[in-house]
Amino acid sequence: MASALSSEKINVKPEVGSLETVSSRGLQVDVRDAVVQFGDLTVLRDLDLTIPSGQFLAIVGRSGCGKSTLLRLLAGLERASQGTVSLGGGASAGLRPDVRVMFQDARLLPWKTVLDNVRIGVEGGDKAKALEALELVGLADRAKEWPSVLSGGQRQRVALARALVGDPSLLLFDEPLGALDALTRIEMQQLIERLWLERKFTAVLVTHDVSEAVALADRVVLVENGIIAQDTSIALARPREKDNGFTHYESSILNRVLKRNQTAASNEGFSI
Amino acid sequence: MKSPAARNWKTGTLSIGLEWLIPILVVVIWQWLGSAGVISQRILPTPASVVEAGWKLIRNGDLFVYIGDSTRRALLGFVIGGGIGFILAILNGLAPLAEKLTDSSIQMIRTIPHLSLIPLIIAWFGIGEQGKIFLVALGVAFPIYLNTVHGIRSVEPGLIEMGRTYGLKGFALFRTIIFPGALPSILVGLRFALGIMWITLIVSETISSNSGIGFMAMNAREFFQMDVVVLSIVIYALLGKLSDWLAKLMERSWLQWHPHFRPKK
Repeated sequence: MASALSSEKINVKPEVGSLETVSSRGLQVDVRDAVVQFGDLTVLRDLDLTIPSGQFLAIVGRSGCGKSTLLRLLAGLERASQGTVSLGGGASAGLRPDVRVMFQDARLLPWKTVLDNVRIGVEGGDKAKALEALELVGLADRAKEWPSVLSGGQRQRVALARALVGDPSLLLFDEPLGALDALTRIEMQQLIERLWLERKFTAVLVTHDVSEAVALADRVVLVENGIIAQDTSIALARPREKDNGFTHYESSILNRVLKRNQTAASNEGFSI
Repeated sequence: MKSPAARNWKTGTLSIGLEWLIPILVVVIWQWLGSAGVISQRILPTPASVVEAGWKLIRNGDLFVYIGDSTRRALLGFVIGGGIGFILAILNGLAPLAEKLTDSSIQMIRTIPHLSLIPLIIAWFGIGEQGKIFLVALGVAFPIYLNTVHGIRSVEPGLIEMGRTYGLKGFALFRTIIFPGALPSILVGLRFALGIMWITLIVSETISSNSGIGFMAMNAREFFQMDVVVLSIVIYALLGKLSDWLAKLMERSWLQWHPHFRPKK
């Protein structure tokens, strides 16, 4: 039973080899001693992170802790001044076609129709493939519309279709659900989980919502002051319910984020 | 019961009617004041005599020659000046080095009223075609330049970053993201430039010319043909309206995605 795990056990770093082997479709990610600096400001300091192929990893942390920078480093949008990032064994050299990013804002081109926006994600702009991807997110009937008439959640679904249409091996989510209302969020979480289970890509989700991280991820890492301060494997069955085990993980991670006294809080069973 | 098409047609004519209500009213009152003798024909000829003068010039073919000459000058100057302004703007909007090199010089030249160069231009080119085309080009280049640079700058950096993560770079990035993003602003520049194009042409044609609408007006003044003078002013107004209408048409067909320009249903 997951809820029977002690918080000590949760905080032990998982051994990479011991995880059940997922299909080799997803990219394995290795970050070694990465340092990222913006001028005098050091955002990531000697950060080490290994993400096995096909894993769903969530990165949590307070704003400004460097979690978005870590994601941008994986995307090839930032360069490490020291250390290495390697994807699928080879050292990463900037932007790659098998790595896709979903941003907090959908970043659709307002002058292209929904379908043409998705076509940006396919090499050669194949229409049939783009339509297929739109069907996957349930928006095939809106293909000919302008993005400006869609709701926030629909726009993010188009962005998801655009990211998926090229069949990425690594999908990076930079708080893509942060601006959505609670109900749309739950729907999007379910959609992302379903697509991840079907397509078996490696997924990295940056979020400041610990509950979202526990709901979706195999493993949650906490970034604090530019290093990984806590690494938790979530041993819960999918689809996940908000049961005792869930709350246990959630409160233990949240306490660590807020630096609250762990033993006292875990006995109280508080809510967020 | 009225069909929706009939109702549409009706509201369509109504809105066009409202647009033209004031110009028509002005013409009617003007004609009435003229025929009643309140305004002397020597000061301001009536609309009827202006139309009559126009008809005379149409029949002997002069009017079309003049309009053709003026339009050719205007468009040639517009294409040359607009092209230079556009290319400079793209260069300076995308390459910081180019901007550092040229922007302050461009801003300096921009502050000179281009019509003040007329004496210099007559000295350089005489009263031939080049001088007028040069002036139009000079006047048109700046609004296109400024608005294009502004448009390129105001493209959301997030969209460009998105494009790069999808492997767009170089001309593909420009064509897919930067140019369409800058287009609303470029079209504003285009509209300004069209206005400046006609103003510049009128002034330079009145000062030095042997053909064109400006020449027609100045020539008529020598012989005190006030109806022809007024006719040329009316033609300028119509040409100005025509180019504004064209610019609006471009906005409507190229900016359909923009909620502001979407045709109302």
